Amino acid sequence: MTSAEILELQAQNVSVTFGGGEPALRSVDVTIRPGEITAIVGPNGSGKSTLLRAMGRLLRPTDGAVLLDGVDILKRPTRELARDLGILPQSPIAPEGLTVVDLVSRGRDPHRRWFDQWAASDEDIVNLALEKTGMLELAHARVDDLSGGQRQRAWIAMALAQETRVLLLDEPTTYLDVAHQLDVLELIQRMNTVDRATIVMVLHDLSMAARYSDRIIALSDGEIVADGTPQEVITPAVLATVFDLGATVILDPLTRRPHVLPGRRLGAHW
Amino acid sequence: MTATGEIRPLQRSVRIGRVSAIWRPRAVAVAASAVLLTLAISILALGIGDFIMTPDRVVATLLGQGNASEQLIVLTVRLPRILTGIAAGIALAVAGAIMQTTARNALASPDLLGVTAGASAGAVAVITLGGTASASGFLREVGVPTAAMLGALLATVLVLVITGRTGLSGIQPLLVGIGVSAFFTGAVSWFLISAPIKDAARANVWLTGSLNQRSWPEFWPIALSILVAAVVLVPLAHRLDSFQLGNDIARSTGVPVARTAIVLIGISVLLTAVSAAAVGPLGFVALMAPHVIRMASGTTRASLFGAAAVGAFVVVASDLVARTVLAPIQLPAGAVIAIIGGPFLVWLLISQRRKTSL
Repeated sequence: MTSAEILELQAQNVSVTFGGGEPALRSVDVTIRPGEITAIVGPNGSGKSTLLRAMGRLLRPTDGAVLLDGVDILKRPTRELARDLGILPQSPIAPEGLTVVDLVSRGRDPHRRWFDQWAASDEDIVNLALEKTGMLELAHARVDDLSGGQRQRAWIAMALAQETRVLLLDEPTTYLDVAHQLDVLELIQRMNTVDRATIVMVLHDLSMAARYSDRIIALSDGEIVADGTPQEVITPAVLATVFDLGATVILDPLTRRPHVLPGRRLGAHW
Repeated sequence: MTATGEIRPLQRSVRIGRVSAIWRPRAVAVAASAVLLTLAISILALGIGDFIMTPDRVVATLLGQGNASEQLIVLTVRLPRILTGIAAGIALAVAGAIMQTTARNALASPDLLGVTAGASAGAVAVITLGGTASASGFLREVGVPTAAMLGALLATVLVLVITGRTGLSGIQPLLVGIGVSAFFTGAVSWFLISAPIKDAARANVWLTGSLNQRSWPEFWPIALSILVAAVVLVPLAHRLDSFQLGNDIARSTGVPVARTAIVLIGISVLLTAVSAAAVGPLGFVALMAPHVIRMASGTTRASLFGAAAVGAFVVVASDLVARTVLAPIQLPAGAVIAIIGGPFLVWLLISQRRKTSL
């Protein structure tokens, strides 16, 4: 077996049902290839976040399992797993008055022992994470005083300080204007290219997903309906199936990636 | 000077051998002041009473250089009472600090959630139903703390089940606490009415929350519980920081959330119950002490050590005021704490409301 065949994160037959209703995920099988940026897209309620949260052990699947390098993540010690697999939920809230550096330092938690709260290496890693995210100048600012874009970068810096091989992000660009969306996605791309982190993210914006990911997984009604490169997935046919959307897809002349021009809704929806 | 590329250390840390920690000068100074204040008020309290002694005589007596009557007054009469107050203050404050941080709610404290009321109901049940006034002392000594513990646990389970449906944010837990407290207060009233007059009278004395007549038998159970709590909390305390970031982030950064929360809440309930069993329900200490230390230290959560020092100070100081201000009448310390604590709670509710109504 060559190293290219090592399966990093894998959802096997994962189903999730909340409180006896319709299943949010129906037997999803997906293998996240190491070193790639994978985007999960789909309409509201399609199960994107549910899949991400199940893969990030924030949610116990009703059926099936999530494996990291072949081992069920729920069977691994929590702290040990936290050195390999990190997840940033949607719009996390920091306690009032917490400074950026204190927040980023929390990323070192799985690496330290209770008697060794702050090693010299922790200091360096936190410093580097702040530098890479452009938050060094704001290190002593309060997280609740930051703008939306800065706040998101602070949380990503925390995830960076955690130094996990795999990082899952739930809508990292929510509530950000387009320029700040670009900032955050460029940052995520650098984590992938420079730090070799495998990234899985839930994104709403299809053109952004096409621009920044190696692979796109489209979900609808808790099932995977398309899976492939941006060019393969972001097509009028897929958009019609997944979003009931009539759309034109053009090639962005700058990035050579598909770009979605929404047309009109197909059929009646209310 | 604006040197570029100069890296200023972001956090100062202290290292002793393999042990290291982030150095927070203000928090350490505040905690040290609280400890010194507690020591000072304790020495003062040891000297004040029917027989007044100057602080230097108190210190001399504590160091074994007092005469026979000084030794009797300080070591036999007053010291156990004040140590019981210190222990109860530590237990309540730590219980409150843990509860607030674990629930991520500034209003979550054992007394507001009804845990203290549950402990009261348990204790009063044993005092009044556990036999007549002539029942053996041993049964009562073992029975009251155990029953208080069971009552506190029952109240906690009730609160957890109900808040599981209502959510733990904002004012919800407080409303649930009012309901649970009302239920157990009703039970207490019923026990008192149906009990023989002698037992009811003794239960009533206990219910005021006071250090009157408290001595070594009340001190040791709390001291022992604090020791147990310390052994458990030292390795767990740093997880409280992760809890503040929410369950998802805590889990993502390696905290076994459910297991840790159960242990932390269990410790909080134990400390509340033993303290209630020993000195009766002393309200507001568990709520106030963590907020005082947090605001004074400028940290996002109360340090357990700092909260403990403030809690000890509040109880000892309140007891001193309670037994001197209307001397020779001895007020219960709980009454004095409530007089400060009531307005504090009102102020806290107002400032919380400002923050949450964005």
